[in-house]
Amino acid sequence: MDILFQQIVNGLVQGSVYALVALGYTMVYGILGLINFAHGEVVMVGAMVALTVLQILLAAALSSVLAVLCSLMVAVAACMALGYGIERVAYRPLRNAPRLAPLITAIGVSIVLQNLAMMIWGREYHAFPMPFSNGLHELGGAIITDVQIAIVLIALLMMAGLMLLIHRSRFGRSMRAVAENPSAAALMGVDINRVISATFMLGSALAAVAGFMVSANYGIVHYYMGFMLGLKAFTAAVLGGIGNLRGAMLGGVVLGLIESLGAGYIGDLSGGFFGSNYQDVFAFFVLIAVLVFRPSGLLGERVAERA
Amino acid sequence: MKPQLPLLEVNDLKVSYGGIHALKGIDLHIAPGELVALIGSNGAGKTTTLKALAGLLHCTAGKMHYDGSPLHHVPSHQRVSAGLALVPEGRGIFARLSVAENLQMGAYTRSDDGQISADLERMYALFPRLAERRAQLAGTLSGGEQQMVAIARALMSHPQLLMLDEPSMGLAPMMVAKIFETIREVSAQGVSILLVEQNAKLALEAAQRGYVLESGAITLSGEASELLGSDAVQRAYLGA
Repeated sequence: MDILFQQIVNGLVQGSVYALVALGYTMVYGILGLINFAHGEVVMVGAMVALTVLQILLAAALSSVLAVLCSLMVAVAACMALGYGIERVAYRPLRNAPRLAPLITAIGVSIVLQNLAMMIWGREYHAFPMPFSNGLHELGGAIITDVQIAIVLIALLMMAGLMLLIHRSRFGRSMRAVAENPSAAALMGVDINRVISATFMLGSALAAVAGFMVSANYGIVHYYMGFMLGLKAFTAAVLGGIGNLRGAMLGGVVLGLIESLGAGYIGDLSGGFFGSNYQDVFAFFVLIAVLVFRPSGLLGERVAERA
Repeated sequence: MKPQLPLLEVNDLKVSYGGIHALKGIDLHIAPGELVALIGSNGAGKTTTLKALAGLLHCTAGKMHYDGSPLHHVPSHQRVSAGLALVPEGRGIFARLSVAENLQMGAYTRSDDGQISADLERMYALFPRLAERRAQLAGTLSGGEQQMVAIARALMSHPQLLMLDEPSMGLAPMMVAKIFETIREVSAQGVSILLVEQNAKLALEAAQRGYVLESGAITLSGEASELLGSDAVQRAYLGA
């Protein structure tokens, strides 16, 4: 049986997760012009917090639906607080510093969070509980699970909600205004710091949901899981055009598909020399190719001038 | 007649950046409903004065009182709700927001939705050109239309004191006339205006009083008509 359709399904699922995480990168970049390299760790913290809460609640014999919802909400709240804290501690004091400084604190925060998570949750892989039976469905020769269907649907809903928030609400308007011209926004009465904090919290909430999604999909969590996921979501954001929200969503899905199809066919194409364990290579080929040939990304209208 | 309490009073205001004294201690005041012009050549400190008043720049010394209360420690975003609005140099419009969204941003600090939509319509009546283009991205407008957006946006905050930084800059003469006509209209409605202009003649003709700023200090002040006639102003700014 041909694997094409199966790989497309897998790519869409993974791409939905990338898209949610990439939105966090791109929103922060759009408003501050900085890459929050600690964003991948926020995804990891979301997954870890959800794991712990889920374990406790399931042990307390709470109904599965409630346990899942509660753990997701706690993870979202924890990540929003974390995102707020990261901005306050690592970025705000450096708001007017040279560009390199916040990049370095970003990497610092990332390392700190990884190590804190390692101290709290240990080095081992944890099984992520799955309180439901995860049904399988056949779809034109491809297999898709309940969890995967939920991932795609929830991601779509969240992205639609985000677009409405950004383009239709007063808060979204102030966010776009700050992104474009912070001092003019201040002249309108916008408290820029509040908008920036809110942007970090919004991105972190999406990251928490994404962390829950990957955990539920793979059934495994680990303190190091945010690193590679963060890099790939960053790649997705660059692929779509950093700073561009639609670009981040498109980039996420496209990257998911490229990776999945690449992993599926690399064995045949290389005569068995490379296997699907080379999957991670594709994301970085994409990153390099975009940076060389189209640094503004798929939907980016302008090349970022701020280095 | 008893002198009216000033809406804005500035005493010995000093601003410096990086060791350069941009303002060396200026005094000025604006009465309610007054239209005051601040003129001077390039680099005299006109924009710096407005930015300090709007809270975009930190003052090194001096006092600012607005409506009787001190202004120094009020952050810029709170000065808007106090009634101060600045139309910045270069307009500072949000190019990637629509015209309507730009105007709504002007009403950011207000929550009276019904009145806001009424004011929107009032702005469209004042600038019919903007009404035609309300759904268009502001960045696609001409310079004059963008200046209209900037002024209308500032008016949307219901300012008591409207500060305009070089509203005529880069505009065609017809557009300049239209903008000044609007400024007079707004002034006639009782809004106090502080008008910064390089085009001294135009500004002094519209204003009641004026200040002349030179290298960070006020060198002349008085009735606009007197300043227009004074030899110093004639020689320095009007090329007579």
